Amino acid sequence: MIATDATLALVLGACGGTTTGGRGTGTGATYNAGVGQVYNPSTTKGGTLRFANAGDWDSLDPADTYYAYSWNFIRLYGRQLVMFAPEPGAAGAKLVPDLAETLGVPSNDSKTWTYKIRKGMRFEDGSTVTSKDVKYAVERSLDKQTFPNGPTYFNDFLDLRGYTSPYQDPTPDKLGLKAIETPDDSTIVFHLAKPFSGFDYFAQLPATIPVPRAKDTGTKYKQHVVSTGPYKFESNELGKKFTLVRNDQWNPATDPIRTALPDRIEVTIGANADDIDNRLISGNLDVDVAGTGVQPATQGRILSDPNLKKNADAAATTRLWYTSINPDVAPLDNIHCRKAVEYAADHTAYQRAYGGPAGGDIATNLLPPLIPGAKQVDLYNFGSKPGGDADSARQELQQCGQPSGFATNMSYRAERPKEKATAEAMQQALAKVGIRLTLKPFPQGDYFKLYAGKPDFAKNNKLGLMTTGWSADWPDGFGFLQQIVDSRVIRASGGNTNLSVKIPEVDHLIDQALLTTDTNAREQIWAQIDKRVMEEAVALPGVWAKTLLYRPPTLTNVFVTNGFGMYDYLTLGVQNVQK
Amino acid sequence: MTAYIIRRLIAAVLLLLVVSVATFAIFFLVPRLAGASAEDLASRYTGKTANAEQVRVMAEKLGFTDPLPVQYGRFAKGLVLGADYSTGPTTEHCPAPCFGYSFITQNPVWPDLLDRMPVTLSLAAGAGVLWLVGGVATGVLSAVRKGSVFDRAAMGVALAGVSLPIFFTGLLALSLFSYKLGWTEPGGSYTPLTESPLAWARALLLPWVTLALLYAAGYARLTRAGMLETMNEDYIRTARAKGLPERTVVLKHGLRAALTPIITIFGLDVGLLIGGAVLTESTFSLPGLGKYAIDAITNNDLPKVLGVTLVAAFFVVIANLVVDILYAVVDPRVRLS
Repeated sequence: MIATDATLALVLGACGGTTTGGRGTGTGATYNAGVGQVYNPSTTKGGTLRFANAGDWDSLDPADTYYAYSWNFIRLYGRQLVMFAPEPGAAGAKLVPDLAETLGVPSNDSKTWTYKIRKGMRFEDGSTVTSKDVKYAVERSLDKQTFPNGPTYFNDFLDLRGYTSPYQDPTPDKLGLKAIETPDDSTIVFHLAKPFSGFDYFAQLPATIPVPRAKDTGTKYKQHVVSTGPYKFESNELGKKFTLVRNDQWNPATDPIRTALPDRIEVTIGANADDIDNRLISGNLDVDVAGTGVQPATQGRILSDPNLKKNADAAATTRLWYTSINPDVAPLDNIHCRKAVEYAADHTAYQRAYGGPAGGDIATNLLPPLIPGAKQVDLYNFGSKPGGDADSARQELQQCGQPSGFATNMSYRAERPKEKATAEAMQQALAKVGIRLTLKPFPQGDYFKLYAGKPDFAKNNKLGLMTTGWSADWPDGFGFLQQIVDSRVIRASGGNTNLSVKIPEVDHLIDQALLTTDTNAREQIWAQIDKRVMEEAVALPGVWAKTLLYRPPTLTNVFVTNGFGMYDYLTLGVQNVQK
Repeated sequence: MTAYIIRRLIAAVLLLLVVSVATFAIFFLVPRLAGASAEDLASRYTGKTANAEQVRVMAEKLGFTDPLPVQYGRFAKGLVLGADYSTGPTTEHCPAPCFGYSFITQNPVWPDLLDRMPVTLSLAAGAGVLWLVGGVATGVLSAVRKGSVFDRAAMGVALAGVSLPIFFTGLLALSLFSYKLGWTEPGGSYTPLTESPLAWARALLLPWVTLALLYAAGYARLTRAGMLETMNEDYIRTARAKGLPERTVVLKHGLRAALTPIITIFGLDVGLLIGGAVLTESTFSLPGLGKYAIDAITNNDLPKVLGVTLVAAFFVVIANLVVDILYAVVDPRVRLS
């Protein structure tokens, strides 16, 4: 299939020349013009912004969605308490109030958080938004039988006292959750079961987008989410396409953030991924909504053609491709054997597996540089000896008592060629010091639920190394690290993303970070945690991922936001508004 | 004839029953035999951070904790009597034939299938006409002008058509005709026939031609071979000796006899296509049954897989029945009993 794509790219490249269907040319287009700055700034309103998605949305319902692109897009039709500032680069990772007047006001122990709702907020039907609508929205997001896809942060942190769902709530107004109070129509107070100094990151979750109880249709609400943003649903054919048009009840005076430039937004679902790239390049489409970058064949085509490359951005992301080193599997229960693996790994080959420098930078530690407060540490010479440090690896093997090496298994997701290439590269590199890897592919759909992410299975099947990847739910130490280094999130039943980190000191540091309200001090703790995990050699960082995004000249106000690691959908406009 | 059709329809129902049991077993029995628990199965349909209790509740909700015969019985009962499902604040009735609720999208499957069927029917019908007419005509001409430049060129094109995968020709055609020349609609432009016949035809023109190119190749070669064999028969010589016009000899006597295997293949091909033209729909971003099936299998969404499998099997069975009936029409030697 890859060969076919490459052939097709050559044929299409040969076609070259001009295209039809485009909407004008952007000015000053250069490679990475949308990184760290706004490309093609404009205040011109009107036109239709056209998105396409190769997959299907998990859900358009704010209670039931867990894709980064969905959280980026949902701000067009919903307003959560706070949100990431629509700014290029690092400024885009800062939280700003949206539905709320200010960021959250914590109690001294960070267990109670209070927000005031802006005045004049209305749903698309003209009814007033109150704090009770926000409370109801969060309540329904707790119901994981009805909305299984969304994150469980509110389930995990709110002082629920057995509350499960407004649909099981015996109170007349279905607002029986004691953990959230609404003393008046503009105030909402969250009571947590445990302190959390970064609660504003929870407040930016789509689950805080208000839902009017009278219009709540449960699993069917996704067919027509009642808008509080600048756009509302005109039509929605689930799994096929939907259209947003201007919401005349949205009052710009209540919204200092959104520019709402296009008149209309059209989204196609389930489009062919290669066709999406071709449509972007020809000007027949404005944005690939998934924001994960162009297909491999298109990437080669773009990078080799200056006329295309000038319209592309290599966006750094908060994604790390890495390998978990399982301390439950002998002899990797010995730290020196784990360190031998770290030293012996070939990071140039690891990077090549993910597309070379265009696919990402060699990672020396867990926290991607995009995360505020991240500090680069290189304990195993990944930077100075990217091809591997065999001498140091052999020394560690001596100390481990395995001077001639050892045998173990390495798992990867069978459907992912890049992970297969990674495993093969590791196999070759580690063989140089006598560490013999047997590669074990598993289906990606069950990889975490039943195989690598299930502790008993991994241990019994001697999965010493496990290929994996992780992307932050939001650009913050907690958002990135908690699910992959906190040993207390590991569940015997499977479904884990923390495959190998069980360090009591790290757990203690996480608790300390949750209590620390000073941002700088908190970020230092997360960096300390990162270093501590590397010292224990239970994770082998591979690549801090980049994605190659194509920026059609049809777009205005284009920039990559660190908040989502893709183009910010809130500010986009179209170049030629006539079409 | 009527008794024959009734017997075939009863057999079709039994066949669909077997298909549904087999599909059900592949998705539920095989993982169980491999040691997967009800919670293991349910964990596929919970969020990525679900805890053990949430997985357990989901397993109960989806009925995975029940014995397999009970689960299948519930599915079969839904087909005949319909079923009730919770949407959260209310309970919704899914009328018969209820193929169940999608584990992923939490929508009833049957309306989805009905919604997507016109897309696939449109694709199969248009492409079927094109490849049948184009393939048979090319085959006849090639046979009549055996060894000519046309014959060699046509068979060369036919070979290329059958060799090139549709995700290659489709994307190439889209890039050239839609994005470079602007003659046809881009991918994902499907408009229902009832909304705008012109837009419907414009959106499907490229998928029709691309799909027809793939199939026409085989039909041209099959027709050519059949015609070459038939045209050497004694009764063709007799027809010519009687002074019949060559057109009549070729079309009425030659082609009619060569048509039987064409009809067989055509029936099977159309039946399979209506069950889902997977590659064509994926390439051209058409929201039909094929795309639906691929998404369902990718997501392990059993109710959707069951639904689309049964629909596909139904169309294959019906297509075979129609073929058998057409035999009797085309070939007087065949009598249905």
